[in-house]
Amino acid sequence: MKYLDEYRDGATARTYAQEIARITTRPWSIMEVCGGQTHSIVKYGIDTLLPAGIALIHGPGCPVCVTPVDLIDKAILIASRPSVIFCSFGDMLRVPSNGDDLLAAKARGSDVRILYSPTDAVQLAVSNPGREVVFFAIGFETTAPATAMAVWQAAQLGLKNFSLLVSHVLAPPAMEALLSSPDCRVQAFLAAGHVCAVTGSEIYEAMAKRFHVPVVVTGFEPLDILQGVLMCVRQLESGQAKVENQYTRAVRAAGNIHAQDLMRRVFQVAPQTWRGLGEIPQSGLALRPGFEAFDAQKKFGLSSVHTCEPAECQSGLVLQGRIKPPECPAFRLGCTPEHPLGAPMVSSEGACAAYFRYRSLA
Amino acid sequence: MCLAIPGKITRIDEADSLSRTGTVDFGGIAKSVNLTFVPEAKLGDYVLVHVGFAISQVDESEANAVFDYLREMGELSELKERGP
Repeated sequence: MKYLDEYRDGATARTYAQEIARITTRPWSIMEVCGGQTHSIVKYGIDTLLPAGIALIHGPGCPVCVTPVDLIDKAILIASRPSVIFCSFGDMLRVPSNGDDLLAAKARGSDVRILYSPTDAVQLAVSNPGREVVFFAIGFETTAPATAMAVWQAAQLGLKNFSLLVSHVLAPPAMEALLSSPDCRVQAFLAAGHVCAVTGSEIYEAMAKRFHVPVVVTGFEPLDILQGVLMCVRQLESGQAKVENQYTRAVRAAGNIHAQDLMRRVFQVAPQTWRGLGEIPQSGLALRPGFEAFDAQKKFGLSSVHTCEPAECQSGLVLQGRIKPPECPAFRLGCTPEHPLGAPMVSSEGACAAYFRYRSLA
Repeated sequence: MCLAIPGKITRIDEADSLSRTGTVDFGGIAKSVNLTFVPEAKLGDYVLVHVGFAISQVDESEANAVFDYLREMGELSELKERGP
């Protein structure tokens, strides 16, 4: 396919790897923020092309993985009501909590559906006026404009049977939280290209200055990632810390102002708990007061539920980039994609699933 | 989740008050896509599509940047090796 295949060329990839090796004089740790980038790295073996001193740390950019576990419990509670059609993206259905998940709720008779787009939930609400349609809205800045459009359409249509369980997260505050941690090993970031298609690359300027950290907005194909690494290493080797844009074919400095505008009309920035990382100030989105009627937590009057994570699952450390998935004692043993203990083993962007799928036991 | 696939706009529907929609072709697979966030995109343009929404128009003039960068780096190091 055009704009995909050409960025997977092996010969160019090897030239990039040689160039990275040529300019690298000491070890560097670079975090790729997005789980989609992690999957590319592990799938294509990009890490194995790099010189030994260059470590790629896998970041928390997997919305399914960081959705707080008590929200999964609330989702199951809402889905269990007979009047409810509960819908979300496919990966959310298998995220485990307290030994249960949404797919199991579906097996028990709940009406749980997988949708491609948040606006499909609006259509579902229009065609099922006697049912309550609840959409589990997760995702980074990439996805939030689509959710905002669904809310906007529902408001325009005056829908009373549509609501959202919101768990939208913002990338820059999480990156800052990682940098602020005393044992932070990250020396440069490959920022998530599709988040930046919406937010723009400018959003990282303050962070790059404040933490003196190079930020390279990077795409998802192997050549994108290798160029992003090369740009990071060039900055690190010369003591620079600026925002650069590798993914210029998709990302502008100011981002997508139309998407940002709708996001701001519907959502306001709010504190957010990240599974594995804890609460991060100003790192989530909540519906603005004018749209609170679409808040499923308020509509269904759910109070917080107490949930515990399985002790043997170390997904929190994986999401913080402190260990790689094979270092978790449960990896491949107690925890597999068929029987996951933690969300990173479920999601198509989770680091544990990437290592399970693409790395042999050897 | 943040997966976005590039595709070519093959049809633009009349915009209504809620959204601008159209058809985008992904290597032979056509899908209905919301084009509200890319009002400047025209028929034949490539857009990146995520959960049914075009979030960015592909800038064709930047499509070769990843190859140009390597060439520029190569020329730079050749110059350095040759000396002043």
